[in-house]
Amino acid sequence: MFPAPDFRCTSNDSEDTELRFVTCQSLWNQIKSETEQIQENLNKQLLENLVSFLSRSHSDFQEKTTEWTFKMKFREIPTAALVLGVNVTDHDLTFRGLSDVLQDNITPYVAMLEAKDCPGIKNLMQKLMGQLMNCDLDVDSLEDEDCVQVSQNRVRCSMPSLISWYDSVTKKTDSETPSKKRNSSSRHWQSPPVVVVFKDMESFTTKVLQDFIVISSQHIHELPLVLIFGIATSPMIIHRLLPHSVSSLLCIELFQSISCKEHLSTIIDKLLLTSQFPFKLGEKVLQVLINIFLYHDFSVQNFIKGFQLCIVEHFYSQPLSVLCCHLVDIKKRVYSLSHDQCENIRRLPSFRRYVEKQESGKQIELLTNDSFLKVETKKLLEDLHVYHENYVRILRCLHVFTSSLPKYPLGKQIRELHCACLENRVWETEEYESSLQLARMLNKTDLVTMLQQCVEILMSSSGKEFDRAVEKLKEFLTQFQNLEGGLCSPENNCLPCSLMHHFFLKTLLELKESRRSKKLTKFEMLRFEVVDYIDSLVRRYLVPADERTLHEVVYFNGAAVLRGHLNAAPRTALHTALNNPHWYLKNQALRCDGGGISNKAPDICIVYKLHLECGRLINLVDWLEAFSTVVMAAEEPNDAASSDQVDDVIHARFIRAVSELELLGFIKPSKQKTDHVARLTWGGC
Amino acid sequence: MPNLEHPAYPAADLLRLEVLVPCRESQVSTLLSIFGERQQFSFPSIFIYGHTSSGKTYVMKTLLTTLQLPHVFVNCVEYFTSRLLLEEILIQLQSCSSGAKHTSPVHCDTLNDFVRLFKQAVASQELQDQTLYIVLDRAEQLREMEANILPAFLRLQELTDRNVTVILLSEIVWELFRPNIGCFEPFTMYFPDYSIGHLQKILSQNHPPEYSADFYAAYINILLGVFYMVCRDLKELRHLAALNFAKYCEPVVRGEANERDTRKLWKNIEPHLKKAMQTVYLREISSSQWERLQQDGGEPGQLKGLSAHTHMELPYYSKFLLIAAYLASYNPVRTDKRFFLKHHGKIRKTNFMKKHEKTSNHLLGPKPFPLDRLLAILYSIVDNRVAPTANIFSQITSLVTLQLLSMVGQNDQLDGPRYKCTVSLDFIRAIARTVNFDIIKYLYDFL
Repeated sequence: MFPAPDFRCTSNDSEDTELRFVTCQSLWNQIKSETEQIQENLNKQLLENLVSFLSRSHSDFQEKTTEWTFKMKFREIPTAALVLGVNVTDHDLTFRGLSDVLQDNITPYVAMLEAKDCPGIKNLMQKLMGQLMNCDLDVDSLEDEDCVQVSQNRVRCSMPSLISWYDSVTKKTDSETPSKKRNSSSRHWQSPPVVVVFKDMESFTTKVLQDFIVISSQHIHELPLVLIFGIATSPMIIHRLLPHSVSSLLCIELFQSISCKEHLSTIIDKLLLTSQFPFKLGEKVLQVLINIFLYHDFSVQNFIKGFQLCIVEHFYSQPLSVLCCHLVDIKKRVYSLSHDQCENIRRLPSFRRYVEKQESGKQIELLTNDSFLKVETKKLLEDLHVYHENYVRILRCLHVFTSSLPKYPLGKQIRELHCACLENRVWETEEYESSLQLARMLNKTDLVTMLQQCVEILMSSSGKEFDRAVEKLKEFLTQFQNLEGGLCSPENNCLPCSLMHHFFLKTLLELKESRRSKKLTKFEMLRFEVVDYIDSLVRRYLVPADERTLHEVVYFNGAAVLRGHLNAAPRTALHTALNNPHWYLKNQALRCDGGGISNKAPDICIVYKLHLECGRLINLVDWLEAFSTVVMAAEEPNDAASSDQVDDVIHARFIRAVSELELLGFIKPSKQKTDHVARLTWGGC
Repeated sequence: MPNLEHPAYPAADLLRLEVLVPCRESQVSTLLSIFGERQQFSFPSIFIYGHTSSGKTYVMKTLLTTLQLPHVFVNCVEYFTSRLLLEEILIQLQSCSSGAKHTSPVHCDTLNDFVRLFKQAVASQELQDQTLYIVLDRAEQLREMEANILPAFLRLQELTDRNVTVILLSEIVWELFRPNIGCFEPFTMYFPDYSIGHLQKILSQNHPPEYSADFYAAYINILLGVFYMVCRDLKELRHLAALNFAKYCEPVVRGEANERDTRKLWKNIEPHLKKAMQTVYLREISSSQWERLQQDGGEPGQLKGLSAHTHMELPYYSKFLLIAAYLASYNPVRTDKRFFLKHHGKIRKTNFMKKHEKTSNHLLGPKPFPLDRLLAILYSIVDNRVAPTANIFSQITSLVTLQLLSMVGQNDQLDGPRYKCTVSLDFIRAIARTVNFDIIKYLYDFL
């Protein structure tokens, strides 16, 4: 996974490649386990619901009730419609979690079916039986594995054989002595249900599904089957795929997983807005990752993969990333830096800016004395660490305010606010200005609850940094309490948030302007104070990261690299390669000026450039003519014989180039006109 | 006054049979006369058809088991290949002849093998002097197997030279079965739908032991009054009857009404049944959810049905891709210029369109369009520049797997794939609203 050899191959180890590699791996492992934990927690509710559904579904199978209603009722197949959202790449993890939970709590018999394996009912049955009977293998003792293997080949893929298998395994577990039982089987019932999961319901063909449901509904009395439909779009797809006669055989209940946007918010909250991990993303990089998520795939897995790429790229390309570690290790690592690494520090733009601000004596020390530099670096890095902790707290406080303003001038999600703060000084932006103005119009109850939330956020920090701020905010709170006439009259010109949403920003501001002249009430004075205080906190703590010294050590800013890797543009790359071969081949002879065609270029490039000038249908003869003209251009036209007769070699080269173009999908033979080919791309003409 | 009479079978059995198959007496007596006595050769093949739940399978099964005729009963959906089907018949034959549970595995790949093995199985025991019945349920599936299967089954008696009758059960008429090359014509027989009186009679038969038959019959009467218009499926009706009976009994259990207070009971149950018709019957909510609701006495309104969840979250560009696909599917190609070029000039709709374009494109359904047109429309409807990245192309493919688009003509995937947009107007309008795109302005039909 990691380009380990590359990490190490860079000459001597003056740049700590070994250590960087180890740091990178341990960091990634931490993050990976953290994300898995998050995912597990998020899916917990869904899985619990499913488990209780499953345990309910076949409770009557065991009881064998003789009640009248039970006899009269039609036995439907219990079915869970699991709506998972369109981020199909994330589903695998959910299904894996689901299957683990089911095998632990409900039943060892879980089969996962994918549409691509089941083009027909036969394949479906084969797959199903293969999976179910395999899970039987680990119940069996190992010595009779061979005979199971043999019998499996001969087994007929039909429901009766499945039922007889089910009977035999459930009976076997009954008769087994408890010591021989798997430790988990005690939690399963005597006749655990057989769960069949259709991972991608949309892709199954109607016929396969219908046949399977019809068949299994006939045997539901003998085989306690439960179906789970993994649905990416909407549950309506069930009615689209199954006619009423088939869907009436099912007892469908709906389950919904949390939306992927919420999932992403949690991930960002737990991975980025925390001081737990030393590695940080720069504004551009984060924007790229979020954009890919929101614009293209909605896939949290891809987001995490992108994050992983950032980590690898950072540790690979930035020699100083060795210092991107937890606070406890910083001292040791800084003091063991080599001279080369010190030079690397001195080359950092943020460090140079820092040096320029110091007085001349210190400047010389910093630039010449390695050990002095190391002491300073350690201090700076610790500062950076403290900055992060404070940054996150204040960001959350500010978010408490901005997330309840009408129209959300600074964004509804905390990630938007985070991006805005990373990009530049947030207090210099227009959006911030209008947010403050709106905040000055909040009503008392809202303001008080917001302040309380802020106090909670600041209290949760371990350091003493915010003790004063907490005190101040508490003071505000008591002042609000002491204010007379807790109800706000219209004169106070305050509106509840919910009401504010109905007004346009502009009218609100105008409203405020008109009241400017009036004398301020006590409440209004206090409100101004609060907002001003929040503003002061923001100015102090939410400084953009790239203004901090040594931010390059922990911030990854290679947005262009990331975009190239994650959001590749194959068409553009292909066009560049064919249109401007110099870009990739780096051959001076190929450098062409102003769209001319060099005859030194590979044949396919010449043919491609010529075809760009044609319409939808290309005459092969004309094309060949043009090709030979270009190729012959350098040679002296002394050969009179070849003037009207194209050289065989050139002809052959032309044919080869054209068929290469056809292979790449630019043209295809046309039946409309003889000796013509059709263009498959548009653009040039 | 037994309707069923046949000298070959004991009268007691016939009487029992008659009770078990209400409203199907005439069909059963016809069948009996075709079957004749046990040892007599019967018609080689009988084709029985009738609508869903008109009692074909049930009548056949009851008839054969009550009279203890040797038979094999196979569902052709379940045994989806000819090999499985033939082997299953042989396995059942073994068990019905020897009576023992022991069945040795059979191998039978072709019909030739089948005939040979069949002769062996029948020759071995007492089956020889009785007609053996092979019932193939859902026989329409036979048409999808090898071409020789259906004709061979129709004349199995002749091929095996044994006393065997094949009975095919199906929901479709014989004309749709007849192979091109011709075949032996079976004796066809029609099972008509149950009338409302029949349904009433059959459903009332199984009343719960706690309540009198009259009480239950009154309930069934109300139930049929509500559901008969939409559903004549006996199975489904019985299921619905069982689901809602507890609610019907409620006033009686509470002592507010006695069993004969039909009017009061009707008032109590009727709105409930109507609600059931819109929810449980359509499988909008499941029957177990319905029962739980009944027990809690809650309103079904709390539970949203399946079709209430139509909302779907899509990535930003996927939404635009879908909108572009919709426009490409429902607008004539020539109008693209008018919609997406800045200086298109004024084109009057009446002069502009050809005759066939005057019918609404929405009535004609989506038309296929090439990939390039989709991308061209996408580039012109998205405000900022869209790079043709791999992600955009993969999004198109995922829209296809989500069945929001469908690919037309699978063979041309690389050269020039063509797609169709399969979403509805309401759906696309909801999508367009989330990205502030006024799709109606861009649709030729609404110009």
